[in-house]
Amino acid sequence: MKAIQEFTKGIIKENPVFVMALGLCPTLAVSTSVQNAIGMGAAATFVLLCSNIFISLIKNFIPSKVRIPCYILVIASFVTIVDMVMEAYVPPLHKSLGIFIPLIVVNCIILGRAEAFASKNGVFRSMLDGLGMGLGFMLAIIIIASIREILGVGTILDIRILPASYKPMIVAILPPGAFITIGLLMGLLNIFQNKKKSKA
Amino acid sequence: MDFSTLFLIIIGSIFINNFVIHRFLGLCPYIGVSKNMDSAFGMGMAVIFVMTMASTITWLIYTFFLNKATSIFGLDLTFLRTIAFILSIAVLVQFVEMVIKKTAPELYKALGIYLPLITTNCAVLGVSLLNINENYNFIESIVNGAAAGVGFTLVLVLMAGIRERLEYSKVPKSMKGMPISFIIAGCMALAFLGFSGMKF
Repeated sequence: MKAIQEFTKGIIKENPVFVMALGLCPTLAVSTSVQNAIGMGAAATFVLLCSNIFISLIKNFIPSKVRIPCYILVIASFVTIVDMVMEAYVPPLHKSLGIFIPLIVVNCIILGRAEAFASKNGVFRSMLDGLGMGLGFMLAIIIIASIREILGVGTILDIRILPASYKPMIVAILPPGAFITIGLLMGLLNIFQNKKKSKA
Repeated sequence: MDFSTLFLIIIGSIFINNFVIHRFLGLCPYIGVSKNMDSAFGMGMAVIFVMTMASTITWLIYTFFLNKATSIFGLDLTFLRTIAFILSIAVLVQFVEMVIKKTAPELYKALGIYLPLITTNCAVLGVSLLNINENYNFIESIVNGAAAGVGFTLVLVLMAGIRERLEYSKVPKSMKGMPISFIIAGCMALAFLGFSGMKF
């Protein structure tokens, strides 16, 4: 596989959220506004990138029996860094993401990429893979968050999209809205894939 | 000991702030393991057990080692929270697995395959972090852990029941599997929103 494909596959073809259904908890929980989604996406991308690079560097020194605890330790260290940096520089965002920043540790995307990719590939490819998967995750949350914010509040990043006379559909930013939005999006994706298959 | 606070914590964690439906924690098993009633019940029991134990252990670790005011070392180590919690949960799950295997082979047969999955279940780390954030005392933490587990089991079993019936119903081709599960989860979340009207 070409190096560039390692980067692009995570964004669409193997999108961690829509295709592989990983990392659902943060996706649904923080997609109440686009601002939160960008913050969460950036934090997770940073952790994914750093942990992929670090794990592919040390993969030859870790005995295979204790590799999972080692990966978790590496990931937890980077999450702690992100947590402290966000608390210092963007306190409002840190507050609204709440416990979902420390919970990046148990985000299955990150451990999954460490186990499935970084532990078998070189540094450069792992870096591209981490970046691609991170951006794919960010894209997915931003899509869900935009739909929910437009329907639920009528704005994106505090810019009014729908006219002021629009009566916001509050349920979209409440928990049921998250489940129904992602369900419909996944169904839509399936329609496209079925069409592709029947053409081929 | 104030029983009314404990009662409020129990009702709150099971119905109002349900871990899966309201806080979006532990969605992976909720969508993944909820295909039949038996395995859903087994997973639920394992989660109740591990959550109660994890709340106990992480509260003790936080109070006696990490928090400066109550620590036996007198050092402020709160920044190690994420790493310390995830490590102690991983060790705990492994330990519980070994003990059950030795002492109760019957139980191990029923719960065994679910235990390793629980380490990376964000609900367990989530409940530990929430106990600290909400400033619960020792008893309250344990009660909250157990109640959160019961709430998780409740929606997991409900979901499994619905999905068993779903096998016989006509679902559009592109909505089969994950998408329809999310829509059902959305409807369930709508129903659970009714509980949030209960203000104490």
